[in-house]
Amino acid sequence: MGVLEIAKGMGITLGKLFQKPVTVSYPEQRATLQPRFRGRHVLTRHPGTNLEKCIGCSLCAAACPAYAIYVEAAENDPANPTSPGERYASVYEINMLRCIFCGMCEEACPTGAVVMGNEFEMADYRYGDFVYAKEDMLVGVEGSLPQRREAARKGQPVRLGFKVEGGPRAELEGVTYPQ
Amino acid sequence: MPDWIVQLLITLLKGVGVALGLLTTFAYMTLIERRLLARMQIRLGPNRVGPMGLLQPLADAIKSIFKEDLTVTLADKLVYTLAPIIAIGCALTAFGGLPAGPPGSLFGADPWVYNLDAGLLALLAIMSMGVYGIFLGGWASGSKYPILGGLRSSAQMISYELGMGLSVLGLLMLVGTTSFHGITHWQANNGWMILFQLTAFVLFLISSFAETNRTPFDLPEAEQEIVAGYLTEYSAIKWALFQMAEYVNMITASAVMATLFFGGYRGPEFLEGLIPGIASWPFIWLFIKIAAFLFLFIWVRATLPRLRYDQLMRFGWKLLLPVALTNTVLTAAIIAFSTGRVRVWLLILLGVAGVALLIGFSDRVRVLWTTPTVRREDVNLTPARPAGGD
Repeated sequence: MGVLEIAKGMGITLGKLFQKPVTVSYPEQRATLQPRFRGRHVLTRHPGTNLEKCIGCSLCAAACPAYAIYVEAAENDPANPTSPGERYASVYEINMLRCIFCGMCEEACPTGAVVMGNEFEMADYRYGDFVYAKEDMLVGVEGSLPQRREAARKGQPVRLGFKVEGGPRAELEGVTYPQ
Repeated sequence: MPDWIVQLLITLLKGVGVALGLLTTFAYMTLIERRLLARMQIRLGPNRVGPMGLLQPLADAIKSIFKEDLTVTLADKLVYTLAPIIAIGCALTAFGGLPAGPPGSLFGADPWVYNLDAGLLALLAIMSMGVYGIFLGGWASGSKYPILGGLRSSAQMISYELGMGLSVLGLLMLVGTTSFHGITHWQANNGWMILFQLTAFVLFLISSFAETNRTPFDLPEAEQEIVAGYLTEYSAIKWALFQMAEYVNMITASAVMATLFFGGYRGPEFLEGLIPGIASWPFIWLFIKIAAFLFLFIWVRATLPRLRYDQLMRFGWKLLLPVALTNTVLTAAIIAFSTGRVRVWLLILLGVAGVALLIGFSDRVRVLWTTPTVRREDVNLTPARPAGGD
């Protein structure tokens, strides 16, 4: 009956009143990401030798549909190599404003050096600050440019606003995210 | 100082107090409503400004005061400015006549601003005057959607005024006075009016929702159809004044329902046995009752979808009005032909039977407002020019 249907609906809303809200209070609470979420790139290293996997071949730059990647290669110093191959990337830059986070660089990379990480909190004030260089993306660097700047200003460690259930995927060698 | 000046000052002070109290309540009602709606939708609601979002109303007020106050070129400047003032003025005035406690309980003064013998009539009249604010606001905006919204709301409020006024007629016959004090006293002696006038209460409740433009009758603000109705061209503090008027009307409607059907400022009489004098504590009981009704308003808003405009009008005229009229006539008959306990039981029976019939036939009567009055085959569909050219 019509009125009873209304009463039923009212009962449902009253019940929901006492249910715990599903809202995640980001950034106080960490948002949950899936491991395959494509965020800011990570340049990985070989686990044993700690050499960079990137050999400066520019295949990622060629594969990039948004022309966001710029690579300059240089010969390795045989005594003190940066990467295991002949050459390494002396300059490796990604413009995060141009990047569409499609992951084609990762697919193109023959050595698995560039991997899409899970970090996404990169909002900043100046265009220039969105060009991430090697030292912003190498494994072990935690947080984006503005996050690290803010952390240095406050004298606190970088706090990532997300967690990854089950940890980062295997390709992200050496990367740790909050779980 | 002469006595009348003192009286005048006290009345003025009380008036300002009521206005300030109502506006503060309005401000926090918006917050409470948003929080409760959010919780009913399993969200958190505004919790950023101040602890638990308690300063949100303040932030909203600052924002709406300092926002640019737009006036449309085609607007009638005077009426455009006057309309929100009429709306909020009528809304605030209406509340002052309701007693919040027994005489002399506000530090020796009476806890009401004005006391009229025609209390209920005056209140209904003042509340209806608020329609002018809405209608004139819609008209003075010099724009299409506002005038549609203004026409809709005035038609709606005038229609439901009838149901509202007729539903309390039985109550007035029973009590024999329109003064709120008389009604409260009668209820203190005989029990809450809802026992004797259950059907009337249900009708009054539904009409109140329509009168205050609340869901499911919030047609003037039907965004999908007419943007924001009469509010479309309003911004900043004028818009806020209209909102204020709506919420103050809601508070007044809650207070009227509490006073007419739930014993007014007096608490439940059986509590007198536990703590003597508890039923005549001022303010607290009325506040509790108002809060309960306000919660109901919010709860219904969280649940029910909006009626279509033609359904709304048919619902008011075809169901509410006849039922209210029948209830009035039957109550009058009971009062005329019975006395004592028989009358009480007959009235209770009438109320319960009325509500039971409404619930039982709620599916059958739906055709009253879902069937269009003009059927398609009645409409002359013959084209003006013959098909295929002449």
